[in-house]
Amino acid sequence: MNAEEDFFQVKNLRVHFPVRGGVFKKAIGACKAVDGVSFSISKGQTVGLVGESGCGKSTLAKSIVQLVKPTAGELFFKGRLLVPGEGLTEYRKSVQMVFQDPAESLNSRMTVGAMVQEPMDIHRIGDKGSRLKRVERLLEQVGLPASSARRYPFEFSGGQRQRIGIARALALNPEFLVLDEPVSALDVSVQSQVLNLLMSLQQDLGLSYLLIAHDLAVVKHISDIIAVMYLGKMVEMGPSSEIYSNPKHAYTQALLSAIPIPDPSLKREKLIIPGDIPSPINPPEGCAYGHRVSATNYQESIQAESVWKKVGVDHWVLECPCCVSPL
Amino acid sequence: MKDQIAKPLLSVTDLSVSFSTDEGEVTALDRVDFDVFSGKTVGLVGESGCGKSVTAYSIMRLLPKPMGKVISGKVNFNGIDLLNLSPEKMREVRGNQIGMIFQEPMNALNPVQKIGAQLSEVFNIHKNITDHQAWLNSIQMLDAVGIPSPENRVHEYPHQLSGGMRQRVVIAMALACQPKLIIADEPTTALDVTVQAQILDLLKNLQKKSGSSILLITHDLGVIAETCDEVCVMYAGRIVEKGSTRKIFAQPKHSYTQDLLDSIPRLDGTPKKKLRTIEGIVPSLLDLNNGCRFGPRSGREHTEAQLSERSPMREVSEGHWVEACPVCVEL
Repeated sequence: MNAEEDFFQVKNLRVHFPVRGGVFKKAIGACKAVDGVSFSISKGQTVGLVGESGCGKSTLAKSIVQLVKPTAGELFFKGRLLVPGEGLTEYRKSVQMVFQDPAESLNSRMTVGAMVQEPMDIHRIGDKGSRLKRVERLLEQVGLPASSARRYPFEFSGGQRQRIGIARALALNPEFLVLDEPVSALDVSVQSQVLNLLMSLQQDLGLSYLLIAHDLAVVKHISDIIAVMYLGKMVEMGPSSEIYSNPKHAYTQALLSAIPIPDPSLKREKLIIPGDIPSPINPPEGCAYGHRVSATNYQESIQAESVWKKVGVDHWVLECPCCVSPL
Repeated sequence: MKDQIAKPLLSVTDLSVSFSTDEGEVTALDRVDFDVFSGKTVGLVGESGCGKSVTAYSIMRLLPKPMGKVISGKVNFNGIDLLNLSPEKMREVRGNQIGMIFQEPMNALNPVQKIGAQLSEVFNIHKNITDHQAWLNSIQMLDAVGIPSPENRVHEYPHQLSGGMRQRVVIAMALACQPKLIIADEPTTALDVTVQAQILDLLKNLQKKSGSSILLITHDLGVIAETCDEVCVMYAGRIVEKGSTRKIFAQPKHSYTQDLLDSIPRLDGTPKKKLRTIEGIVPSLLDLNNGCRFGPRSGREHTEAQLSERSPMREVSEGHWVEACPVCVEL
């Protein structure tokens, strides 16, 4: 959307999964998990991605780190178009991922040291001695004692395991981290420790983050830009304070209103969204959100073409006759 | 709270529960004490392993046998001493006078039985009505919890419903016999915030209609603030602070409650500001001290005696009780 921010850019990304059926398991349809998403991230910036489960957040993250092959669309990293098979190793060094559940993303039969060292082994960085030193330094950087290297994941608590996951992601000196729900499996008191760690690492190392989380207060706290996704499409994107104070899309408004606020003296009317997010295999015609809430102008959205519209400084919204009031 | 004229619907007094594990006997609940009054919503909040769910399971007499057992204490529900009921009598209370909503609706429902059959079962067990009438009641219940076209949904299986719809079915089952008390154990943790808002709204409306009480267990302070009249903050098997939600959020007395409230990011907070953290992790139940249990994590100097001897609960203002550790609580 913005040409000068060329650190990381996604253009019109689509990820469609074939739906197979019949005797010969032919593709009889497509599950449009990510359906035409474009955005960019500047150096040192955090973009928060929010949306309900099933809206395509995690698929988008996986396609960015190339764990899922995009069906169409382009990824640009530092101004260079990413071509499959070409320079992918270099790209993977710079773009790393931290997963949601540290209990599942760590190998229970490997020592912590071996796991944090593995990326360096694969990419043949340094010799044995320097790798061991780097592992110790990484562990200290994420707030674990260097002696943890000889221990196994089960010996650690949830928060510590997530720190191990972060150390592993940092092993190759990446510039960009994709964080898929990094704190949602953690207790409140531990969650703030990990969030503080992520913020200080960003400051020290100049990292860029794509943060996926369903806790909107967490996203607001650490993001510069917030992007809202609904059923495979991005519906609104803008500076985080703008999105919270002045949301334009009806879905963003409802999503924000649903957040429980820890202040019992606050009384507010909630916008309750009825129903569930529709299936991306068989999405409704026209505006998917307008269909869910039976918006009055929903019929108009079937004919309307959805285009991005600028509504403020870096604040964009997907135009829609039923969900965005005309300016 | 005990001196009030109105009698509480549920009164848990000095409840202690222990589990025998391979590593030895652990105390999961240590003299937990609270009341739930008629028509009120009381929240139990705390981090994982603090004993929230064990409290619920003890009240329902659903502790895993033979590992878990109640060592001392009383649970009085509507004049009935629940802990000394015969298993048969307890079954009459469970699902009939006390309904329970579980965290993960997929695990709470039988995957190979139609929703209608699962709902009818509740009526067949507790009410003396015909199968046909039970089926009709089931449809009515599904309608009451906001499931569209309930007459078709009764024929479906749990996997055909979304997470939010499944939780509605679980709520319908819990409410089928119009219980006086509903125990909801993390009813919205597995759901999206939008669906969470729907479910909490539904519970509130149903409560308004039926006048039942709710014991809500959650780790989400936002959910507590929006739904509960009173809250009990639990830490390592104990209630460290309890009182009206307004008082506890406005003037938390125990440093654990204060730290917990300060460590969550707020929508109106300064972005990217360093969050308050609580050092270390929730202690293992295997090596708990007897004194102030938050002491070792509180970052404040505790004496040997304060760590080994439990401070009594003290009423700091009307209905607001706190475990009066002289270091963690400024009186």
